[in-house]
Amino acid sequence: MNEGTASTAPRSSRSLHGLRRVAGAALTALVTLWLLLTLCFALLHSAPGGPFDSEKAAPPAVQAQLAQRYRLDRSLPQQYLAYLYDVARGDLGPSFQYPDFSVNELIAQGLPVSAGLGGLALLLALMLGVPMGVLAAAREDSPLDRALMLLGAAAQALPKFVIAPLLILLFAVELRWLPAGGWVADDWRYRVLPVLALMLPNLAWCARLTRSSMSEALASDWLRAARARGYSQTRLLLVHALPAAALPLAAWLSPALIAVITGSAVIEQIFGIPGMGRYFVQGALNRDYTLVLGVVLVAGTLVILVNTLVDMLRTWLDPRLRNTTI
Amino acid sequence: MSIAHLALYLLPTLLLPLNAAAQIVARGNGPEPSTLDPHRCQEVACGNIVRDLYEGLVAEDASGQLIPGAAESWTRSEDGLTWEFRLRPGLRWSNGEPLDAPQFAASLRRALAPQTAAPMAALLRPIANAAAVSAGAMPPERLGVSAPDVSTLRITLDEPVALTDRLLLPIAFPVYLPALAQFGTQHTRPGHLVGNGAYVLQTWTPQASLELARNAQFHAVATVAIERVRFVVTEDAASELKRFQAGDLHITETVPPKTLTALRAQFGQQLRISPYLGSFWLGLNLTRPPLRENPALREALVLALDREILTRHVTGLGEQPAWSIVPPGTRDHRLPATSASNWPREQREAAARERYAAAGYDRERPVTLELRYNTSTVHRKLALAVAAMWRQTLGARVVLRNEEWKVFVQNRRARVITQVFRGGWIADINDPLDFLATFSGRDNPLNTTGFADATFDALLQRAAALPSGDARRDLIAAAEAHLLAAHAVVPIYFYTSKHLVDPRLRGFEPNPLDHHASRWLRWDHAAAAPPR
Repeated sequence: MNEGTASTAPRSSRSLHGLRRVAGAALTALVTLWLLLTLCFALLHSAPGGPFDSEKAAPPAVQAQLAQRYRLDRSLPQQYLAYLYDVARGDLGPSFQYPDFSVNELIAQGLPVSAGLGGLALLLALMLGVPMGVLAAAREDSPLDRALMLLGAAAQALPKFVIAPLLILLFAVELRWLPAGGWVADDWRYRVLPVLALMLPNLAWCARLTRSSMSEALASDWLRAARARGYSQTRLLLVHALPAAALPLAAWLSPALIAVITGSAVIEQIFGIPGMGRYFVQGALNRDYTLVLGVVLVAGTLVILVNTLVDMLRTWLDPRLRNTTI
Repeated sequence: MSIAHLALYLLPTLLLPLNAAAQIVARGNGPEPSTLDPHRCQEVACGNIVRDLYEGLVAEDASGQLIPGAAESWTRSEDGLTWEFRLRPGLRWSNGEPLDAPQFAASLRRALAPQTAAPMAALLRPIANAAAVSAGAMPPERLGVSAPDVSTLRITLDEPVALTDRLLLPIAFPVYLPALAQFGTQHTRPGHLVGNGAYVLQTWTPQASLELARNAQFHAVATVAIERVRFVVTEDAASELKRFQAGDLHITETVPPKTLTALRAQFGQQLRISPYLGSFWLGLNLTRPPLRENPALREALVLALDREILTRHVTGLGEQPAWSIVPPGTRDHRLPATSASNWPREQREAAARERYAAAGYDRERPVTLELRYNTSTVHRKLALAVAAMWRQTLGARVVLRNEEWKVFVQNRRARVITQVFRGGWIADINDPLDFLATFSGRDNPLNTTGFADATFDALLQRAAALPSGDARRDLIAAAEAHLLAAHAVVPIYFYTSKHLVDPRLRGFEPNPLDHHASRWLRWDHAAAAPPR
């Protein structure tokens, strides 16, 4: 072991530097999440109405018992500290609206569903959208380009709450090929329409972004120089233009990925999918404090993770970013 | 056979309707049930499922008539204060363990224990010492329930109420206490949940569906036709309708707000609309000006509305125009004779203007009112129509205020900023007092109008102390008349229940509480499939 000491010294200092950067990033992430939780906690508790307000108000004695069970009888700072302590131990608490489940369980069941559907939708959008964009840019202003971009604009303009019922009407009610909604684990038929509905707007974004940045790249001086060297059109498109054009796409990828992974409340409600997206809306409407804080924490963590990954991807794509600190 | 041929043959099997397995029924059930613990169940969504998983001492048949449940017979003492239930021999929980009277008694004690915090505990208040037990002032052992022997349950009451109506509520269902002790709040999970109803829980995917299978231990299992029931979470009525059209659902929880004629034309006999023990009214805050101490103005507001137009063109789903509080068809109740309900429009509007003038307002000096409702398309439509009628007939200026649900509920209860607000009540039990009690007592959190009247409260108390019969009916009629004379609310309509039901499904019969236990359903394979 000893003979290597001299040569590993600079490497260990480099890795120490790296470690410090990772630790710094982790600390920033933790502080961000803590601020996020605190803000959310304050906002939720300042909203009028509570989790147990309902059409048929329970008698005061029952309200008091419920308040005690959920610690609502304590002062807000006490509730806040107790909640933070639980979160630090990985316990997001029981749900107010669904007392048979803990928030951990609800998220553990909802997140994989949302992430699975959303991830697949985004992957398909990339796999189809990038070639579409490249094709359109390569044949700029051709009928193909116009048709693709028109389709893209339509898919982008149509809101999800229009696309989804249209898909159901066509494929489930009229053709009867697929179920109109619902969820059966391990049955692919229930996933087709939601994935399609989630994919279409992303596909449109992806295709239009690729096309515009590709045509910009194709018009650039360095590409003209490459063309002058006599490279083939395919090589020009895929090896020279595409990596440059991928940069705006990578920037778009991080918000898109976060949006699809955390689930779409609209799509989940229309198709009756047990995902996490609807908890954002439902939880807030029901004043389900723990559920909202739980999903916000998970979403916040995902935002930080995805941003870090996408930044790494961009650094890899764009050498200019390599020596700047993020 | 070529591969293409094979694919052609296989494709249809892959795409078969999803409920092709004959003995399954898929039911739209509205939002995700809040819990499957019957003692904590409060809303319709959990009630529907819990009634399939558990059975109380008494039960309801498909048409809502009282029938023996876990008890085969019962007796009531002369004074109506002591009830004895004789359990069926050989009752078993779904796990095969015997179910006896001491367990029923222990379950009732748990339902009323303070730690349970049962939202419906007030409905079991007539059981001796129930109030003290649920307030924690007395140990649960002091509750008026006992088991003289393993097959007899004795319940003693403080008031001679129709106890059997209340024993139909989920809060009176037996809960398997060993599972509760072992699993805590998770005792309702598939595999943990032990019930005594016609079905047992197989799977529960929150926000998606629950699947139930026939309970082999159920005492009447031979009469249960449907093998599997799927309760599907359907939050959006329009999506639910499409799933029904696609054949994925056999029963819907509701229908989207379209007109009756449009739905009839599309669905014919599949559309089932029937009276429902629910009442929709606009509440008037009697604790604040301008409605406080102004009965003439309140009466003008009541008279000025054309309920025919509201129910036919605004709500439009067969609702019955209402001039009173308690819906027709409620037990121990007769619909009060309100003269204005039969007046022609001109007479009614003239009377409304006369009362409006008597209150000191006219078109030059109009009253300004705030009409508050919780955000929803249906409520908004109705509020707009009401505001227009008040403006046209009286010249009143009506400001519409829509509020998010929790904010609305809190404001309504606080009675500090409300004037006119959306109100109403859906019955938990078939008893007029269930409706009228919401207006009694100023400190009652349900009393959103702030109506406080000693005569009314006394009439209700006397009615509560009487068994079902003419004397009780008269007291209730007097109480309702008193409330109407004070014009504390503007009655609008009585609710209807609205479902779409697969025409091949039998046993889905109309009943006032809209309870449709799956054990009464069966498929009629000879019947025609729904037209597409």
